Amino acid sequence: MTPTTHCFHCGDEFSTEQAPTLVTIDGHAREFCSGACARIGRLISARGLDDFYRFRTDPAGRVSGTATHSDWTSYDRAGVQREFVAAEDDGSHRAQFLLEGVHCAACVWLIESAVAPLDGVLDIAVDPVTTRTNLHWASDRIPLSQIFEHLSALGFTPVPYTQDAAEAARRDERRQALRRLAVAGLGMMQVMSFAVALYLGAWSDPAIGEYLRLISLLVATPVVLYAGAPFFRSAWLGIRTRSLGMDVPVALAIGGAWSASVYNTFTGQGEVYFDSATMFVFFLTGARYLEMAGRHRALSLSAALSTHVPRVAHRLRGAVAETVGTLELETGDQILVHPGQAVPADGRLRDRRASVHESLLTGESTPVAKRQGDQVIAGSVNGGQPIHLTVTATGANTVLAQISGLSTTAAGNKPRLVATADRIARYFVAAVLCIAGATYAGWYGLAPERAFEVALSVLVVTCPCALALATPAVFTVATSALAGRGLLLRQPGALQAMSEVTSVVFDKTGTLTGDEIALAQVELFGALDEQQALAIASALESRSEHPIARAFAQSTATAEISDFNVSQGAGVEARVDGQTWRIGSYAYVDALTAAETSCAGWQETGDQRYVYLGSQEGLAARFALTERPRPGADEVVERLSALGLELQIASGDTAGPVQRLAHSLGIAQYHAGLKPEDKLEFLHALQARGERALMVGDGINDSPVLAGADVSIAMGAGTALARHTADSVLLGNSLLPVADALETSRRAMGIVRQNLTWAIGYNLLAVPLAATGMLAPWMAALGMSASSLLVTGNALRLGRAPAAPASKTASTSSCCATRKSALPI
Amino acid sequence: MNIIFYLIPLGLVLLLAAIAAFFWATRSGQFDDLDTPAWRIILDDEKRPPGD
Repeated sequence: MTPTTHCFHCGDEFSTEQAPTLVTIDGHAREFCSGACARIGRLISARGLDDFYRFRTDPAGRVSGTATHSDWTSYDRAGVQREFVAAEDDGSHRAQFLLEGVHCAACVWLIESAVAPLDGVLDIAVDPVTTRTNLHWASDRIPLSQIFEHLSALGFTPVPYTQDAAEAARRDERRQALRRLAVAGLGMMQVMSFAVALYLGAWSDPAIGEYLRLISLLVATPVVLYAGAPFFRSAWLGIRTRSLGMDVPVALAIGGAWSASVYNTFTGQGEVYFDSATMFVFFLTGARYLEMAGRHRALSLSAALSTHVPRVAHRLRGAVAETVGTLELETGDQILVHPGQAVPADGRLRDRRASVHESLLTGESTPVAKRQGDQVIAGSVNGGQPIHLTVTATGANTVLAQISGLSTTAAGNKPRLVATADRIARYFVAAVLCIAGATYAGWYGLAPERAFEVALSVLVVTCPCALALATPAVFTVATSALAGRGLLLRQPGALQAMSEVTSVVFDKTGTLTGDEIALAQVELFGALDEQQALAIASALESRSEHPIARAFAQSTATAEISDFNVSQGAGVEARVDGQTWRIGSYAYVDALTAAETSCAGWQETGDQRYVYLGSQEGLAARFALTERPRPGADEVVERLSALGLELQIASGDTAGPVQRLAHSLGIAQYHAGLKPEDKLEFLHALQARGERALMVGDGINDSPVLAGADVSIAMGAGTALARHTADSVLLGNSLLPVADALETSRRAMGIVRQNLTWAIGYNLLAVPLAATGMLAPWMAALGMSASSLLVTGNALRLGRAPAAPASKTASTSSCCATRKSALPI
Repeated sequence: MNIIFYLIPLGLVLLLAAIAAFFWATRSGQFDDLDTPAWRIILDDEKRPPGD
């Protein structure tokens, strides 16, 4: 075990044997793990923004040198900007985009402090939760590409984001609901104060009583007719479609109370119930607003995540390729798609053959072979040579756009449990209406003057809103609590499915393991023993900044080296103890060694990575490298086992590395060498045994399993496809939210059950009281409201961090302190 | 006691003003993002926050 430290920037653990890069931050020399992290650290320090490191609550994301976009200039094109930039009247522009890499408020501060002072930037605002960024800048003073360059230099990658029509509609709906809520709330308070005066009968003067009733009528009417309008509309819809929703008794109660009060006000006889009606409207509107806000947030987050079509396309004009915005493409254009890039529009293949990944559409992870003239759909990824296409459909006409339209609709669907509550509610509503009718009839026979009042009490007190609220409130709170901890639920049913999970299946590469690389095996070919070979290797790699170099940081004494030389992408060369050594790829090392070494049987197998060491005297050693477990992986395993879940690894990797990882994490069941279809079969076998499986994965090859599992979680850093097929997405680098999610889902279902029990028990108690005329309508309204508040309050408990084991709390909650979990490796 | 014949309508006028102000605020987008402003207050505009 080598001494380790944490990178000051990204928080990842690394060995200190290889001297870390030191950067002075805030007067202290701090250790940084890799060149990229140190570069950002220096940049931050040079601009006097050291406070970023003090304010931040989470370590910044790991920075890979390759992830930074080199060329942003194509974003200056009007055609590219058309999608996410709007021009203002004064000639300035506003852009909306997402920023990858924003973790906490300190990142926001860093961005705002670094970008706002740039000449030409008028305003930049970042939402730390959704990472949605609004940039307002004067385009004649600074081009957008330059601002994007600054952002990416700080380690944040801008992703243009289009606010689609659905998003705009949701925003309007939210604003509308907020206005209704304000009218209901303010109106309710006024009417209440008049009602208190009326109940107390403080004024014996009948004129004042009359006056207060009139004023109440004046205030309550807009509350009922404006704020309460959605209930009437939905009730009417329910009656027309012959499906009794909760809104039918609600509308009856509100409408009945209001019209009876209006009648009584003008005739000057009987009671007025304006207070009950307005209170009812306010509480229901408030509850629905909260529920809607949560749903909208999840929807817009997932919409933002599922952008697949690239913003930029390469259009061919003759032999010249020009970069244009995807929106500028027209049917009939010739386009070029580079290997690894996504296809920007539907098109017909002009090359003889091509291979593309269409898994986005079909779930098949193997590339599909295409022949000349075949259709290639937008969003599929070119898996081979550069391909040429003739565009056949663009934008909203593409197959992908039509499908994602469908899935957006599906995402708006209610979760299963909510649907169940709705079904129960339908019978409940029918029963309530019958009871209210019977009560009215009964009282009409006994005391006709009280019949309406008592029937109204029954309607109000039984209002199933505790029932209707109980479940959505819990879902809303749980969803936003999990989002705060770094897990986005994309499918509404995910939470319930998670609570029923009995078995968790992990993918290995990229899921249980991160980018960290460790030395797994040493094979010797020459005179050196293992210690000597490792000593030379670590000496060679001690100067290298390549991630592989970290695997070689050893505790053995470092030998003197000189003439250090790096060949990009191949390896390093240096003189150690008077002899020239090379470490790196086979070809690179082989070029130094005399040709007589045989390479038979040394070809790369599986996804094991090999590094070779050799001198002029021949090959000396081969090192097999494997990945290290992701930070927090062991804690997740521990917590999931504590929940009584069965843990499994299903990996496409070879048996050796899978077994090693399973043992180091303490996972008893593992399956290696699985192809995507094997994984799916394995999953089906699990499900056939009656297990409910949660799949955690990241790769394109995991996507069929992610789609097939009862519920699935994709790594946020994984492929877009995996994120698209999974029910939920991890936002950060840590696996801990997986454990949070399963724990939260179980608590959530517990609370749902408590709430439903309460709602039913309350009604059993309240209905007889109301029907026998022991409750006045205002008491009924109060009881109903108190019951709803209790249910909502109970749901809100979920938002607080669970009483986790004391030592773990710091690392589970998203904003506590810099993560300091040491990994026993 | 007749004062309430004047005071209550006055209160209603204030109520109307409050509702009008709220409507204006929602229309101008002040309630669209309720998360960022809460964070912003703890982040200083100064490059050197106090207590440094």
